[in-house]
Amino acid sequence: MIRQMTTEPERILLAHGGGGQLTSQLIRERIVPRFRNDALSSLADSASLTLASNAICFTTDSYVVKPLFFSGGDIGKLAVCGTVNDLAVCGSKPLALSLALIIEEGFEVAMLERILDSIGEAANKNDVSIVTGDTKTVERDSADGIFINTAGIGVRLPNVEPGVDRVQVGDTILLSGTIGDHGMTIVSQREGIRFESQLASDCAGLAELTCSLFTNVPGIRFMRDPTRGGLATTLNEIVEGSRLSVEVCEREIPVRPEVQAAADMLGFDVLNAANEGKFMAVVAPEAADECLRICRNHPLGKDARIIGEIVQTRDKPLVELRTKIGGRRIVQMPYGRELPRIC
Amino acid sequence: MLDRIAHAQHAIDDACRKLGRQITIMEVCGTHTVSIFRSGIRSILPEKVKLLSGPGCPVCVTDQGYIDAVMQLADRDDCLIATYGDMIRVPGSNGSLETRTTRGNVRVVLSSEDALQLARERPDKTVVFIAVGFETTAPATAVVVKEAAGEGIENFCILSGHKLVLPAMRTLLGGMNDRIDAFLCPGHVSVIIGSGAFAEIVADYRRPCVVAGFEPVQIVEALAEICRQLADGRAELKSLYGAVVTGKGNVAAQRIIEECFEPADGFWRGLGKIAKSTLVLREQYRRFDAFQRFGLEDGPGKDNPGCRCGEVLCGQIDPSECSLFGTRCTPAKPIGPCMVSSEGTCAAWFKYGRRG
Repeated sequence: MIRQMTTEPERILLAHGGGGQLTSQLIRERIVPRFRNDALSSLADSASLTLASNAICFTTDSYVVKPLFFSGGDIGKLAVCGTVNDLAVCGSKPLALSLALIIEEGFEVAMLERILDSIGEAANKNDVSIVTGDTKTVERDSADGIFINTAGIGVRLPNVEPGVDRVQVGDTILLSGTIGDHGMTIVSQREGIRFESQLASDCAGLAELTCSLFTNVPGIRFMRDPTRGGLATTLNEIVEGSRLSVEVCEREIPVRPEVQAAADMLGFDVLNAANEGKFMAVVAPEAADECLRICRNHPLGKDARIIGEIVQTRDKPLVELRTKIGGRRIVQMPYGRELPRIC
Repeated sequence: MLDRIAHAQHAIDDACRKLGRQITIMEVCGTHTVSIFRSGIRSILPEKVKLLSGPGCPVCVTDQGYIDAVMQLADRDDCLIATYGDMIRVPGSNGSLETRTTRGNVRVVLSSEDALQLARERPDKTVVFIAVGFETTAPATAVVVKEAAGEGIENFCILSGHKLVLPAMRTLLGGMNDRIDAFLCPGHVSVIIGSGAFAEIVADYRRPCVVAGFEPVQIVEALAEICRQLADGRAELKSLYGAVVTGKGNVAAQRIIEECFEPADGFWRGLGKIAKSTLVLREQYRRFDAFQRFGLEDGPGKDNPGCRCGEVLCGQIDPSECSLFGTRCTPAKPIGPCMVSSEGTCAAWFKYGRRG
């Protein structure tokens, strides 16, 4: 009888996070070489950075996405782009990230390496360095494969100070591209639903485009990336922060047909679906054309549109949508997780 | 598209002028309700046209007694509950399934097949599929019951809450709501039962019945068709969903429902007991009936105090007329099922239309 030989894949052990030789080996052999830079290579307890300005933006985010690998990205790419985008929309040039890994015992080392490669690639592409980090392991079933936290520092661009308090009546709302791509990709992959046309996450770092906008156009009042909770949440945040109202036009909001089909089938409102490579900006009306021009000349902004404007509040501040058929309805912040429909 | 909308609006306006009274149209499909709100259709209709959302959301029409039976099963250690997502937050007399998920015996499934698969994987538990829905979901339940019987998967059963649309429409017209002038008939259900099934409503009650799909334009055109008929004093059956719905419907699906289920008297939220309106498993499949297996009673339950979901479902009141609406009952903390389900009337009012 012929017995097929199978090689058991190399797996993460609890000891990899124990602080001893295995930890050191994992860091020196698998992690550091992928992100080589002076601040990291010294492996000191903290990274020392010299910045061009003392006006910095600082943020942190944890990534627990399931599945870890999805069409258009993976948890590693997401962990870099997500934090880069949080820095970028606040008007800063992202410089350095920390990388903290929490890995479940038994996780395949090859999979970890794929994620680390993806982190390295995304960091390079977005011109940020991974300057410090941490690796922990937890017992089997105490985590779901791997969780990642990244914190980031960016230097604020000169004379740029966006804030929701700067939003005024008459301002224009610009959206950098299609919505719902990330959310519908993750939900359909998680539910094991295959659609004929391929959905893909829009996961991407926006700093290059946002820096170009902030540097060249003075009239950008406020910017945010509509991640969890989607565009509906971001628009409602403008209303909450400014006490002004928002009017958007459904016809102008770009949605890929396959994303719309998935949303319809699962009973989701695409306005509530997450994005990971889009921003929404409130700009002075006279700056709108220039912003659009810059966006459309960049691959991540080629589908950019003006989707609406800031209007005076009549009764109480709210987001109103002019629908495709010429009707009107309000857009609310979604409640928690939307549930799939049953008929 | 805007041309078609304008054309339909014109027809609706003409009909309103000609009739000179309020026109009341009920949609009996939760997906229509959501599409109407999401696309802002109510905002483009004249004041004289009143849309009522009827008993079209499968979770909403499920009686409290059924919900309480589900909760009893969820509290058993030997059961694993497999349910569609909408059901999970519906409040029973004592908490919702969501409050039981931490015990690990409630699973959200997207199809009846997923529930049967769960039974194959977990021979240590009896998997109970919470089978709710109208004629649209009943065939899928019938398929897995047959599969379970064929494969001898005895640790699987269903708690059938399947309901039939026509008896509910007849009950409404038989005295519960005299205001209804016409029905916008459900697209999904019509795919199964065929548009011809509504001919009896037209014949017996002289109410226009128009079947439509879910594109906002088609819904508005269906409303225009209804208005035209009313203005002309006609009551006819018409389908605008011709590409998908046939007169006879899906005969294979009807056959499998017929093979596994038989109609029985059943309890509906708001509508009460309706003769031959629910589907129960036939004798040969009775062993897969969770009511029988666990000795549960499918009787009428007691609604949560103050909740007026029943009246909302019958189109007797608008959600805003319920004193709990938007105050004690919100999507974050629902008291009645119409606020829970994504297709519920109260949820749609709250989400899309609170201002007006």
